[in-house]
Amino acid sequence: MTIVDPIKETAPVDPNIVNITINDKPVAARKGELIIAAADRTEDFIPRFCYHPRMTPVGMCRQCLVEVETPRGPMMVVSCMTPVAEGQIVRTATDSVKKAQEGVLELLLANHPLDCPVCDKGGECPLQDQAFSHGPGESRFVEEKRHYEKPIAISDIVYLDRERCILCDRCTRFADEVAGDALITFTSRGNDTQVLTFPDEPFSSYFSGNTVQICPVGALTAKPYRFKARPWDLEQTESTCTSCSVGCRTVVQSSRDELVRYQGVDIDPVNWGWLCDRGRYNFESVNSPDRLTTPLLKSGSELVATSWSVALESAARMIRLALAQNTNSVAILGGARGTNEDAFAWAMLADKLGINQRDAQLGDGLSPDIFDLAQATIDQTCAAPTIILLAPDLKEELPVLYLRVRDSAQKRKSRIVEFSSHDSGLTPYAWRTMGFEPGNQAQVVREALATPEMKEQLARGEVVVVVGRANLAESEVFTLQALAEIFAAVPSAKVLPVLRRGNVRGAVAAGLTPQNNSGDAIDILNAAAAGKIECLILLGVDPMSDVADSGLVQRALTQVKNLISIDTMINGSNRNADLVLPAASYGEKNGTTTNLEGRISNVTQKITPRGTSRPDWMIATELSIAMAVDIGVSSLEDLSEKLVSTVVAFAPSSDGKSTNGDGVLMARETPVTISGKASKAVDRNAYNYRLVVSRTMYDSAQSTASSPSLVGIVTDAVIFVNPLDLARIGVADGTSVRVGAEGTNIVIAIKAHNGVHRGVAWLPFNHTGVDIRPLLNIASDVVDVRIEPIK
Amino acid sequence: MSRLNDTNIKLAHEVIARYPRPKSALIPLLHLSQEQNGYITREAMQHLGELVGVTSAEVYGTASFYEMFKFEPVGKYLINICGTMSCALMGANELMHHAEKKLGVKAGGTTPDGVFTLAHAECQAACTEAPTLQVNYRYRLRVTPADLDRLIDNLRDGKLNDEFPPHGVLSKVRQSIDATRAVGAKAPEDVNESPAWLDGKAAL
Repeated sequence: MTIVDPIKETAPVDPNIVNITINDKPVAARKGELIIAAADRTEDFIPRFCYHPRMTPVGMCRQCLVEVETPRGPMMVVSCMTPVAEGQIVRTATDSVKKAQEGVLELLLANHPLDCPVCDKGGECPLQDQAFSHGPGESRFVEEKRHYEKPIAISDIVYLDRERCILCDRCTRFADEVAGDALITFTSRGNDTQVLTFPDEPFSSYFSGNTVQICPVGALTAKPYRFKARPWDLEQTESTCTSCSVGCRTVVQSSRDELVRYQGVDIDPVNWGWLCDRGRYNFESVNSPDRLTTPLLKSGSELVATSWSVALESAARMIRLALAQNTNSVAILGGARGTNEDAFAWAMLADKLGINQRDAQLGDGLSPDIFDLAQATIDQTCAAPTIILLAPDLKEELPVLYLRVRDSAQKRKSRIVEFSSHDSGLTPYAWRTMGFEPGNQAQVVREALATPEMKEQLARGEVVVVVGRANLAESEVFTLQALAEIFAAVPSAKVLPVLRRGNVRGAVAAGLTPQNNSGDAIDILNAAAAGKIECLILLGVDPMSDVADSGLVQRALTQVKNLISIDTMINGSNRNADLVLPAASYGEKNGTTTNLEGRISNVTQKITPRGTSRPDWMIATELSIAMAVDIGVSSLEDLSEKLVSTVVAFAPSSDGKSTNGDGVLMARETPVTISGKASKAVDRNAYNYRLVVSRTMYDSAQSTASSPSLVGIVTDAVIFVNPLDLARIGVADGTSVRVGAEGTNIVIAIKAHNGVHRGVAWLPFNHTGVDIRPLLNIASDVVDVRIEPIK
Repeated sequence: MSRLNDTNIKLAHEVIARYPRPKSALIPLLHLSQEQNGYITREAMQHLGELVGVTSAEVYGTASFYEMFKFEPVGKYLINICGTMSCALMGANELMHHAEKKLGVKAGGTTPDGVFTLAHAECQAACTEAPTLQVNYRYRLRVTPADLDRLIDNLRDGKLNDEFPPHGVLSKVRQSIDATRAVGAKAPEDVNESPAWLDGKAAL
């Protein structure tokens, strides 16, 4: 008679589960998992410095030694390099393990300066904490410790104290493996190993701040936080970054009611703990002394401080006057900076007043129809065998999405098919890069996708198109046309729309998008320039610096009779406004935001709004009362309730808790298909260059320009051409040339760039120095320029 | 110019082609660069980084591990006097003092005319022949102060040019691999058959 084990009989064995015991307790681990990762799901903490769950294990620090049972008795192994195996018996706290861990710590501390009282890391330092929890308590080291010049600036932002470094390889691994900027490395390996940059080549990575966050000691510190606060003085709250539309999860930390630091939070679907430097350090702009603290009302030619009641009455009067003409004489631009609730409150107000002309984009995005196509999440994109890029340079505009896509191309064998007019940050990782001249992308896409090699690749599985507006000097029509070509070749493709503004997706879903077939932002500006708009409301936007065609904005703003701006600071657009209302900034208000994939997650308040500034939704509510069209909202909770019950897309966030942590995806309607409008760009005169204008990470955007640590990184405007074209123009690299289009000229330095295709000239947008916008005419489909040497 | 010259760039591409990945060629190229310039300059490291597709920092990180790559100008002749146990017992310290007096520089220094660099070295693995020294890594054994004087004079007079090429030169005869005899550069992931020593078993 056989004895049947009922458990074995009924439960199917999962081939991906490996059963081990850690300190005599059974643990179900995943196949291939490391012991330390499995132990992290138990209560037994294994000390570590070099191990980081998002990077390749290297076994540098040896702190995670544990005992594993072998046929020859217990053996000491580093748990960050040893994968689990069926039946493995692990002990993390035996006497010999403790002795080994104490020994490693004593060794690490032998060269460590122990300057904890003056070290920024003191209080949140893994070395300090684990010296207490797993250290020997006393050192036998009586000799002189090593001394280095301290600190040395390895970039504009990051400082290095080499004495404190324990050589864990976290920062150098991050730079190489995650960011792809191997600008710091171990040098003089041996007795004098130290982390350094190449002489005179700083660690100018867009992601350098992450190395500071993951440094397990105080060796790397960041300029914006150095000596600003001690960890035990910090208060923190979890939030979502809205600097761009990736929506990285962060903790916002403050001390004495002032923001002092953001740290990345690891969530699986989005940022994996990483942040870009712009998002990490632009908190300085929230603390800027230039923040508006009271409403400002125009009196004569000056803006004069006034009270909220007077300001709201004035706003109501201005809008009412304009509405008395007709509903088309009022328009709202912006709203992508705020929360979903902010946008919804303004949309409700606009609905009540019958204002159809509203747009959260500024003519530099794509038609909101893009959100109605079959959508992919970031995770789905990164899991797809084929990722087609028809998008701006992700490294510049959506940096953490770049990290994710780069990772999937490097490690997960996704293949990137890139269509671009100049090389992007992802070009080195692309499987195929197809260059096009602005205007002919549809043709290039059609031909490229028809090759047998490409057809085979597209048939390998899911195809995700990352689509956005890559060029401000070209009509969006061409991108949509190229997208339609992709759908013609791959009808099952999904899109990941990459529109860069923080909450553009939420603002559009909440209703800040043209209604009843009225025009978009550019149409609004054209109408304003033609004198048809009496009252223009700028909801946290600065079109003077953000719209490609500055001439149009200039004409529009001068023609508008009453300009109302709701913003955090005075900028080029609201300098001559009739009324400026101070808005509460990021970190000063609660709500939810929506990222580019439609993920709704919360943003939380940490500090008191500056002066009397208020969140946008509150301004909308008060204004509705002042205009006697009450939108019926008395609190943020009220508003959220209304939002999730009125707008279907937001229904999944009705449970307030769902917007914590990973957040929740928007509800989606049945996807529609796209058909591109046939359009053809004029042929380029062979003597001219077709202009590509795109954004870079550090430009003169308000949040960068008002962050002292970042503003110095912004470079002067330069025009880039292919080296062969530079030779044809006949000037030396770096000299000034005259660039002209349709009767306008600018003088600007020219540089050769191997990544720019022939016949194309690339101009980064909104940099310091020369203003390039006079060249741009939003009415034309493409912009061709002449480039001439200055005699 | 401390980037590779045209002849050496051609050679560099040949060397790179021998490896499955360009960056594997870094150390041979560093030698090539040191041979051309006498030491490894910053521009050279930047150039090599461009050639093999890594950052200058990675080139520096690799090069700085090796004692024999120099980052400061070195004299035409680098004299390394061994100072480890056997040589020390056989008069290496006296030899070093003598050399310092003769050349007018301290250990680690280079003569003002740029001909000699004097350096202290650890064991050169010729203890039976102590005290030893190396000129550009070529041995002289059982060296007496008088031998050293003669050696330095002869080097200075160019009488030993055949035996001692300038610092950086690895060998007088350049290795060349006939294309028909080359094993071919295949990246590990592209190799489908198992290595010979596995005897037909599946690759690990």
